[in-house]
Amino acid sequence: MTQTAADASQSVQTNPKQSQDRRWRSVNRTIRLNGNQPDALIETLHAVQESFGYIDLDAMQYVARELTVPLSRVYAVATFYHYFTLKPPGDHTCVVCMGTACYIGGSTAILDSIHEGFGISPGETTPDGKVSLLTARCLGSCGLAPAAVFDGEVAGKLDAATVVEKIARWADHDSES
Amino acid sequence: MTLSLEELQQIARIEKDRREGFQHRIKICVAAGCLSCQSATLKEAMEKEVSRRGMENWVDVKGVGCLGLCTAGPLVFVEPDGILYQGVKVSDAGPIIESLGAEPIDALHCSTDLPFFARQHKVVLENCGRIDPERIEDYIAEGGYYALYQALRNMTPREVIQEITRGGLRGRGGAGYPTGLKWTTVAKAVNATKYVICNADEGDPGAFMDRSVLESDPHRVLEGMAIAAYAVGAAQGFIYVRAEYPLAVKRLRTAIAHAERLGVLGNGIFNTRFRFDVRVRLGAGAFVCGEETALMASIEGRLGKPRPRPPYPAEYGLWGCPTLINNVETFANVAPIIRNGGAWFAGIGTETSKGTKVFALAGRVNHTGLIEVPMGTMLRDIVFEIGGGIPRGGRFKAVQTGGPSGGCIPEQYLDMPVDYESLAEAGSIMGSGGMIIMDESSCMVDVAKFFMEFCMSESCGKCVPCRVGTTQLYHLLCKITSGAAQPSDLDKIEELCDLVKNTALCGLGQTAPNPVMSTLHYFRDEYTAHIEDKVCPAKACKMQPAKEVV
Repeated sequence: MTQTAADASQSVQTNPKQSQDRRWRSVNRTIRLNGNQPDALIETLHAVQESFGYIDLDAMQYVARELTVPLSRVYAVATFYHYFTLKPPGDHTCVVCMGTACYIGGSTAILDSIHEGFGISPGETTPDGKVSLLTARCLGSCGLAPAAVFDGEVAGKLDAATVVEKIARWADHDSES
Repeated sequence: MTLSLEELQQIARIEKDRREGFQHRIKICVAAGCLSCQSATLKEAMEKEVSRRGMENWVDVKGVGCLGLCTAGPLVFVEPDGILYQGVKVSDAGPIIESLGAEPIDALHCSTDLPFFARQHKVVLENCGRIDPERIEDYIAEGGYYALYQALRNMTPREVIQEITRGGLRGRGGAGYPTGLKWTTVAKAVNATKYVICNADEGDPGAFMDRSVLESDPHRVLEGMAIAAYAVGAAQGFIYVRAEYPLAVKRLRTAIAHAERLGVLGNGIFNTRFRFDVRVRLGAGAFVCGEETALMASIEGRLGKPRPRPPYPAEYGLWGCPTLINNVETFANVAPIIRNGGAWFAGIGTETSKGTKVFALAGRVNHTGLIEVPMGTMLRDIVFEIGGGIPRGGRFKAVQTGGPSGGCIPEQYLDMPVDYESLAEAGSIMGSGGMIIMDESSCMVDVAKFFMEFCMSESCGKCVPCRVGTTQLYHLLCKITSGAAQPSDLDKIEELCDLVKNTALCGLGQTAPNPVMSTLHYFRDEYTAHIEDKVCPAKACKMQPAKEVV
């Protein structure tokens, strides 16, 4: 599902503009729809991240060239906004909501137990590249606090044990297959 | 393509006839809350059950927006019987279909006589949970886009603004600036190009009103924006919405496409010379972009950093043009005001705060979810009647409003009417409508620390008071919660709060000390317990003096 850095840079080498890679075509479509306008920088970076899972330097250079924006600004925008990530994510991603309702509902304890069980803190990936842990400011699922997103699926009314169990299942399942 | 009034009415009529054709209508909540309880699978199962029984022609199954009581999801509403089911599982689909027209299923039944439903007054949320957000016909059948017709064909821009002013609508984003006044300023500005922006960057943790409105009734926001654009003389609109709300983004994009196809957005709307286009712009996870000048910078594709005001966006906004920025809920109030008149709207609420307010009720309260009440409703009624009180026999401690810019309101203010002025007097703000209830298990120092950590990492770094001040405040609070603080640290905190509040560049910084100041004001004894007795009364903080704190 997610791509490695090598994959992405390989695509760059084959000139993203003409690339037949579905991922680059989606990025190029966004650029074209916005008429290569510099103000579409954030939209374009969204497209890159959606396609590749993260934004690497090659992609930033390509975007800078296509939108005629200095590379420094592309880098500034990509690092200013929390939603963008420059690191490739793990095979599975768990996003724990840290909004107020989830905090009151015990999301700190969830993070603690993930750290205990898998040795990762928010923003980190397990050494085997299987699981990434992230936090969200608020998912807006406050009625179901504490909530988290497991590979794009929101789950609510969680407790530490359930979350650890879910993540452990990812690790087990993958080692079997 | 343009649309005439007759055609609009015909769409409404056909849709109503279609509805009447069904003997039973099953409405399943497919807003984010219930979706995360697998309501999409439930909808499929329900559809399958209906077709298996060959009942497609008299039972309608449709996905609707938020039904409100998120904590009891997935929610299913059966019409015309008016039966609400809660916590419905896929296996309940068959039994529910079988019970149609007979006795409702007791085990799943949720009474709509509960104060949670009975005490609400819906204006903004009138269509939420009633219509399918992905079908424009459903919105039109509820009178949708009629207000736009009325404004464009029967009113001058001036009259539109007068009606909004008469209604006394104030900005629902938090500050409560009179909407009519804002519109007047933009309308008066002389420039060929003007913009209308809908601020849907709902960044307050613990708030999900805008998300629910966009997911449940996106056309209402588009209609409000179009009316506003006509009133101020703009032709281009932007909706700046959080990327963290993918469903809201998807439904907005669908709504815009449908509205364009029908001709209620685009050129020559309702055979007038008015044209209006709307584009969606995605945020990228920066809280500061909720501040209007930062938001505009972000739409322009730049870093979301605020700039000093004046000049206000009304004079110098997006790409230097006069720009009207309102919040989702503000725009959602526009069509009903035009449809029913300003006087009607002014009849709801209090002397200074008119209309209703949507709140996202969460935290330690039995009924969490989305509610809408008239301004001036007592806080106690919201927490104990509508919210159903504190779970597990807990004791109410405080309610937090306004997110990181607001404060904690203690028990002695429970009999306070909820309006802009009363909340400000109690040391908090209305904010956008997040309402988090806390019980005895919450440590107020830790709560203050939680918000300060938020402001610290969300500070854009442009001005020193905010960038450095929030960091220092956070470290001082860490010192207290770890049991390493001295009494003099409290003085430092107070001094810093005052400094940040008065010298920060934008709203984020100026209001960042609010959670600290309000907890310090009402719960000072908790601070002193941490400092002098080295104990956390709520037993939430790990009181071990850390070595590395500043």
